[in-house]
Amino acid sequence: MLTIAGHTFRSRLFLGTGKFSSAEILKQAIEAAGSEMITVALRRVNLDDPADDIMRVLDRTRYVFLPNTSGARDAREAIRLARLARAAGSGDWLKLEVTPDPRTLLPDPVETLKATEELVKEGFKVLPYINADPILALRLQDVGAAAVMPLGAPIGTNRGLLTRFQIEIIIEQARVPVVVDAGLGAPSHAAEAMEIGADAVLVNTAISVAGDPVRMARAFALAVEAGREAFEAGLGASRREAVASSPLTGLDFIQR
Amino acid sequence: MMFQPPSFSVLQEHLNAPTAADIERVLRSPHLEAADLAALLSPAADAFLSAMARRSAALTSQRFGRVTQLYAPLYLSNLCVNRCSYCGFAADNRISRRVLTIDEAIAEAAILQERGFNHILLVSGEAPKALGVDYLEALALRLRDRFAAISIEVQPLETDEYARLFAAGITGVAIYQETYDRTTYQQVHLAGKKCDFDFRLATPARAAAGGMREVGIGVLLGLADWRAEGLALGLHLAWLRRQFWRTALTVSFPRLRPAAGDFQPLVAVTERDLAHLIFALRIFDPDVGVVLSTREEPRFRDGMIGLGPTRYSAGSCTVPGGYAHPELDGEQFAVGDHRSLQEVCAAIRQKGYDPVRKDWDSGFQMTDGG
Repeated sequence: MLTIAGHTFRSRLFLGTGKFSSAEILKQAIEAAGSEMITVALRRVNLDDPADDIMRVLDRTRYVFLPNTSGARDAREAIRLARLARAAGSGDWLKLEVTPDPRTLLPDPVETLKATEELVKEGFKVLPYINADPILALRLQDVGAAAVMPLGAPIGTNRGLLTRFQIEIIIEQARVPVVVDAGLGAPSHAAEAMEIGADAVLVNTAISVAGDPVRMARAFALAVEAGREAFEAGLGASRREAVASSPLTGLDFIQR
Repeated sequence: MMFQPPSFSVLQEHLNAPTAADIERVLRSPHLEAADLAALLSPAADAFLSAMARRSAALTSQRFGRVTQLYAPLYLSNLCVNRCSYCGFAADNRISRRVLTIDEAIAEAAILQERGFNHILLVSGEAPKALGVDYLEALALRLRDRFAAISIEVQPLETDEYARLFAAGITGVAIYQETYDRTTYQQVHLAGKKCDFDFRLATPARAAAGGMREVGIGVLLGLADWRAEGLALGLHLAWLRRQFWRTALTVSFPRLRPAAGDFQPLVAVTERDLAHLIFALRIFDPDVGVVLSTREEPRFRDGMIGLGPTRYSAGSCTVPGGYAHPELDGEQFAVGDHRSLQEVCAAIRQKGYDPVRKDWDSGFQMTDGG
């Protein structure tokens, strides 16, 4: 089972809540996805309002509520927003998004590292959204990130695992869970991320903007499960060198 | 280096060149250049309106989701030193003039908050002695805790003034060129500071340089050739994107409405033309916010939901103080959609879209306590 910051998850499909046509559809999509980690943009909700349409459909006894700082342009803004949210009862979990370019929404590595360092000190469980940069992932892990969330492609593009090679390196090196976030446009993309060993994926646009978001949520859930199963079963195809069936064949010169 | 639009005769040459084959190619290409926008706005594109609508709708839903944001304007003052022939607030129009006191403005805001608005747009004519940066700063500081986002549509300001207002909690600036055609611009701006085409043209850049999150540009339709206006605005938009990559941009195409002074539009711009402009700009820039205000009628606004616009105003009153005192006169223009926020939200839901009243947070800009 997947464990992040001491919490275990049966589902490896995390869900974003933006862009849905209604709170009711969102609720059904969460059910169909079987997700246990749900991220919500703090800019989009009013934590003080019990009638807030999104907060009302999120049963916080069943899901980990992962607020995100979408919209923050630098570390200061992200930190301020995180503190205000926690003071309003959002909890310790935080998906850190520092995206100074409102067009591509690509994450700022320098500010993300700065904010992670500070927020970890303040006791947040920080899951930073990053470009698929292996060294950045290691630096974030070193300052205490609970997981890293590299992008497959820019947010909302549905382009799939364009960063596959970099993500493979991150997965190979990381000691914290790797959650592939953003750009996964089809269940096959999610399956691919899971097959190469990602610990989980986070999906939003591909589900919320689908013709039938609820069925698409189910499709992603199946794909994530299939991809994980394949990874654990041991995919043979992607090995770079031929592997002999008996490990020592050809090595009989070695003294036993 | 400041932005300068080409002359309308140059723009019109580009607009008249494209053929149907060009439109077909542009509708298939993933990234558009300025020449492609000219193709989409050309008379040859008129036959492709449905295809453009489909592409525009797909891009809008991909980038923004199945949602429409909502805001309300709050008119602070109808005092104006300018004489713009199309505007109800023009200095020589005999309308009742007033500037809300800060307390009166807060009372208007409280009504909007009560009605369910989280995003507001503060609007005023140009009368800096009565309503300047000090006023806006003081008002913003009192409103920032109540609203998620506060934008302004007031006279052009200087960069340091925008920086001051940003620090006080103002999130965005809307400043429309009205027309990108210099000749028409001089013809309709008869007196006042607004006569300076270049100062106004450089204002969006100053607002972005002052740190504003969002800058809105626009054209007042009914003054000059809408195709050339759309192309000039697209060039301005692309220029702003390159110069200010941190700034979110929006566009708006208000059509002239009946107002005091009885100005008649210089050119006719139909609903079809307006839709055409919106689709073309959306396809040219999939990330730009598109505002559609209550100047348009319910039938048209409902039909456009999801096809390109991302933000609607609702329940608007263009009279300063008019929310608390509906009996007051002195409006900027007569609105076309009189429905309440709840009615507009219901229409958006009816179309299968989520009416979003909060998509920002005052927490981003609180400068106290780090």
